[in-house]
Amino acid sequence: MYFGLSEEQQSLEDNIKKYLEDNASLDSIKEVAGGDSAKSADIHKGLLELGISGLMVPEEYGGLELDMLFASVVSGALGSGTAPVPYAGAYVMAPIALTLAGSDSQKENWLPKIAGGEIVIGIGLSEYVGAREDAAITASGKTISGRCLFVIDGKDADAYILANKAGELYLVDAKTKGISVTELVTVDKTRPSIELNLDNVEVQLLPGSKNNQEVINKVLDAGRLMLAADSIGASQVMLNKSVAYSLERKQFGRVIGSFQAVKHMCAEMAAELEPCHSMIWHASHCYDHDPSQARLMACHTKAHVSEVSKQISKTATEVHGGMGFTDELGLHYWFKRIGLNRQLLGSPELVREEAARIQNFDQSPAGGQSNKEVGNPLLV
Amino acid sequence: MELEYGPEYDDFRAEVKSFVKENEGVNLIGKSLRSSDRVDWQQKLIDHGYFARSIPKEYGGFGGDMDILKTRIIAEEFAKSPIPKPLGGQGIQMLVPTLLELGTEDQKQAYVKPTLRGEIIWCQGYSEPNSGSDLASLQTKGELDGDEWVINGQKIWTSTAKFAQMCFCLVRTEPDAPKHQGISYLLIPMDTPGIEIRPIMQMTGDADFNEVFFTDVRIPATNIVGERGEGWKVANATLTHERGSLADPDVMMNRLYALIDLMKSETIDGERVIDKPAFRDRLLRVQGKVLAQQANALRLLSSSINKGQDTTMARFITKLIGTELRHELEGLAIDAMGEMGTLYEDSPHLRDSGSWQMSYMYFLGLIIGGGTNQIQKNIISERALGMPKEPKIPGA
Repeated sequence: MYFGLSEEQQSLEDNIKKYLEDNASLDSIKEVAGGDSAKSADIHKGLLELGISGLMVPEEYGGLELDMLFASVVSGALGSGTAPVPYAGAYVMAPIALTLAGSDSQKENWLPKIAGGEIVIGIGLSEYVGAREDAAITASGKTISGRCLFVIDGKDADAYILANKAGELYLVDAKTKGISVTELVTVDKTRPSIELNLDNVEVQLLPGSKNNQEVINKVLDAGRLMLAADSIGASQVMLNKSVAYSLERKQFGRVIGSFQAVKHMCAEMAAELEPCHSMIWHASHCYDHDPSQARLMACHTKAHVSEVSKQISKTATEVHGGMGFTDELGLHYWFKRIGLNRQLLGSPELVREEAARIQNFDQSPAGGQSNKEVGNPLLV
Repeated sequence: MELEYGPEYDDFRAEVKSFVKENEGVNLIGKSLRSSDRVDWQQKLIDHGYFARSIPKEYGGFGGDMDILKTRIIAEEFAKSPIPKPLGGQGIQMLVPTLLELGTEDQKQAYVKPTLRGEIIWCQGYSEPNSGSDLASLQTKGELDGDEWVINGQKIWTSTAKFAQMCFCLVRTEPDAPKHQGISYLLIPMDTPGIEIRPIMQMTGDADFNEVFFTDVRIPATNIVGERGEGWKVANATLTHERGSLADPDVMMNRLYALIDLMKSETIDGERVIDKPAFRDRLLRVQGKVLAQQANALRLLSSSINKGQDTTMARFITKLIGTELRHELEGLAIDAMGEMGTLYEDSPHLRDSGSWQMSYMYFLGLIIGGGTNQIQKNIISERALGMPKEPKIPGA
């Protein structure tokens, strides 16, 4: 029995963090946020060399065919460096969707290109999870029409995988006639968001997703795990920065990190965050090895981590005092990253409702697994 | 990542399962502590290696190898059944490991076996009225008079003192030494003349704790564990253990299942509480937290059998998070019952023997006891995050 990261997983995480420290400094992130797309392309290129695009692609299509824990580890490292690159949609959800539901020719056509870092595929599942403004796509013959909001990794994508309300997945080449792309400006400038408007656009159905929600749920679970991992990575950095700042900043003749008020804020952040590391490992493991728990764990991890990281992003900013509020210090990049992760693929309330449905609370009667005997807590 | 225990453990699990099944009918409810039925049961568990597994035979244990996964399997299988669980308590969890590590041969021979068998119940004499969070400032005095310690002072929050035969006690024996180096760890028979016990009625309506007064209590000079002035070190080896044991995630999971059942059976205007979105969302939030704690516990289990996993932080947070979470979980059950949730003792319409209110209050006690959760935050920030201690006030 071993619960934790393997040496390979640990070293992949270290390599990505190291790469980002060296190549995606806060100054670089600020340049990207200011609109320098060449800068983000450089960072993206370096990460492709470290292999982030091939993790989930089967070996027969040129990928590394690694498990979900590897993917989570990478996502956590990207979150810790607020990496301004596509990942959760393009390199995790897209290859999983194609592998599970694509036809042979679709797989042959797209998977090797994903593994090779040649293409980015944006993922539009928002309308399946919970449509805003009644956005939706509807299919008619071989074309679809409608609207998709917050397509993950959709900016400058080469293709899109989009879901209708029934959970069927459609693959669209970005150059197809009838697509218009509108950039959405969110608080998070490290990962652009887009809206797609589609007017009779020619598409290919991923055949395995026809009348089979298991595919989209698997894709969704993977995406939620990636977003949770990203927030955990970002939260850990916010906590580390808080502790470091509190040991430098002096007031009343002593470092503020010696005041209990500040120490307790840091201890609370640490106490909430530490189990989240174990939780994402466990949920990632269940994704591959325990189908009975996989969906429930993915939902709960996304929801719980979203709550914890929201609180940490607030508290860490407070520990930094007025500096925490400034652009100069740049703590807000992590704050905003956590803010976007929380809403993508379902806010905690929506995801918890899904966790309730998975457990069939609405159908099953009482009288399950409980053992109500409570002994004297002093003697147990 | 490998969560299977491995095939060599399957046989062991099957063996434990069949023992549990064979003994399903054993019921010790109503049998008093130290009664022969309880002692016999305890001995049966030892004989099978389901309790005191790695403690040497010569001291009354099973004499097996330390195997945390087997210990874990035993706990898992026993938890699934109503059969009586092995005895716990401070004597078994804190004193026995301390004696095995630091006790003299005579002390091990005298105390370990009867403690394991449930023939000696212990209480812990640590806290004093003026020494709670600042435990090392304790003032109960021990003076050597010939070959006897003479003890004077007062302890408080002493659980099980009413039925304990022995007390492991921290006493100031070196008044001139710095506060942490002036304490000794003494073993005091509770029937010694000069000991008076007064129960403290608590908010739950029970009296689990006591005040214990010592007036010229004389015990043999040999009843000391470790050297004079080393009591703080001796005690600290086991305090860490107590903190871990206050928030068992398996028990938490059982309580969560009970809460889910409760919310399925309670109704408001004919509608089940679990079908009401506001209540259901609170339940789901709690479930998420419980799953996070369960994962944290898996990590701790793993680090105890695999070398090189750093779990300093994961270990330090368990008492803080676990007690707060249990309190929240029990409180949600009360809200789910509404006015019915306030019923207590032997009221008509009482649910689950009043265990939800009882545990809700009890866990507030545990948030305070075992090192308050504010002290836990100091420990986390200082020992795991490397933040400095508060500057000392001169003279304190």
